[in-house]
Amino acid sequence: MLEQTVTIVANERDTDSYFRVVLRAPQITPLIQPGQFAHVRILPLKDALLRRPFSIFQVAGDTFSILYKTVGKGTDVLSRMRAGEELSVIAPLGHGFTVPKTGGETPLLVAGGYGMAAMYLLAQRSPQKGIVFVGGRRRVDILCEKEFTAIGWEVRATTEDGSHGEKGLVTQPLLAEIQNSKFKIQNCRLFACGPTPMLKAVGKIAEDFNLPAELSMDEHMCCGTGVCLTCVISVKTGDSCEYQRTCTEGPVFDSRQILWEAAK
Amino acid sequence: MNLSVKIGKLTMQNPVTVASGTFGYGAEYARLIDLNLLGAVTVKGIRLNPVPGNPTPRTAETASGMLNAIGLQGPGVDGFIKKYWSFLKSLKVPTIINIWGTTVEEYAEVARRFDALGGVGALELNVSCPNIKAGGAQFGTDVKLLAQVVAACRQVTTLPLITKMSPNVPNIAELAKAAEDAGSDALAVTNSFPAMAIDIHTLKPKLANITGGLTGPAIKPIAIKLVWEAAKAVKIPIIGMGGIQSADDAIEFLMAGATAVAVGTANFYEPQTPLQVITGIREFMERRKISDVREITGSVVIPKTEGRC
Repeated sequence: MLEQTVTIVANERDTDSYFRVVLRAPQITPLIQPGQFAHVRILPLKDALLRRPFSIFQVAGDTFSILYKTVGKGTDVLSRMRAGEELSVIAPLGHGFTVPKTGGETPLLVAGGYGMAAMYLLAQRSPQKGIVFVGGRRRVDILCEKEFTAIGWEVRATTEDGSHGEKGLVTQPLLAEIQNSKFKIQNCRLFACGPTPMLKAVGKIAEDFNLPAELSMDEHMCCGTGVCLTCVISVKTGDSCEYQRTCTEGPVFDSRQILWEAAK
Repeated sequence: MNLSVKIGKLTMQNPVTVASGTFGYGAEYARLIDLNLLGAVTVKGIRLNPVPGNPTPRTAETASGMLNAIGLQGPGVDGFIKKYWSFLKSLKVPTIINIWGTTVEEYAEVARRFDALGGVGALELNVSCPNIKAGGAQFGTDVKLLAQVVAACRQVTTLPLITKMSPNVPNIAELAKAAEDAGSDALAVTNSFPAMAIDIHTLKPKLANITGGLTGPAIKPIAIKLVWEAAKAVKIPIIGMGGIQSADDAIEFLMAGATAVAVGTANFYEPQTPLQVITGIREFMERRKISDVREITGSVVIPKTEGRC
């Protein structure tokens, strides 16, 4: 974890309300592990003081990028910043995904909306290529398909309105694959990032088929570094439970640890 | 140039610490800042037993500030000692331990335990947390209860006692005096302000706890007034806090009557703030040719006002 002022190299619209920002951060980039995040202070925000957490999308040379959606005043101001302007970044943060070992488990990735961006580094660094299942409401919500196919991954898209790929929810093709897979299914590991209901559904599938699953939980965050105790989720500990921090013990948790009854 | 100050018998190498609850137990920020440059490390509130804390959402951003209702999640005395004490003890700067309880006896028991531990810099009595059902603010808003808590802790420890005052009182002078008379060595002014925010799209409060405490730059002018009023009422030193994000803010607290300051919410978005404040105070003193930081304390000049109409 480092705190640095970094320069925006590019900040461009991807599709619809999605943007990609590329940041030059030579000391941070070598430290980044798949599933980790950057905590960004958007300096022109003025009276909105807190940092915004973003999953790290790609790492290239001395830069890393973030794929984000404009959802509020923070991302709105960020989307209007230009190359050459600066951001303050604390990164990399959090406990990320377990990268499969050579000859080890086959990764099956499940992404919802911009959760797709958080899975790219894992796909890139995994010695085994698996399948990435991606779901969204509409065609514009299916992001960075090309980047995954470019590194040899199979992408299976679903949209709720049927405007792209299969019509329905992302868990449908995932379930179909598990029930009739070209892979040895007991040698697969699920990885997921997306909205909480999707993560819960993936957790249920993992439990039903007795597969390991690593879920990247999205919780409202404040400090991002473990001191404020804002981003806690209920985690099972033996026959009891405790609050653990999404920013520190997470964002990636073993699905079997999560106490869904307490999740939103 | 002297930057050191005394809080009871505790010496701080400079007048800057951090506000309890905004800095974890120190270890979390050790990779981002050199803790040994601080005046003291103040840790999150601890009671006798572990505390799970409140449901989420626990914080909400507001204009120039934020609300929190964490609910004093913590490991309890034994958990704290086991997990964090060897690290804190290894620092060159003192640790101020923030303690609380739901009864006068519990406050005293926690104070006794930390007195017996050895090596603690000071105890800060949290009698002003707005986010817990029992304990906390009820002790900080009632003169008699406040005096009982301070006196009970005073009986069991020789460690410096810092009473962390509630802002939610009609007359802070009266409570400040009560804490001083009961044996408190210093005051911390102030804690967060009871507050609330509603999400107009869901119609729900933004915090699961419904209400929380407002902190950040939004509260600074109110905190300055409370420090000024408390400083006039007591002789013991005051640690001023509430929305400090720069050396200028800290100097304002000193001028209002504080001997030391604590950086709080700013740690969440800019962990370098305490060190920037220390550097900035030093630069201010150089520019103004002030040789001792203690000269700034209470140096606000109140002009004689003459009505014109």
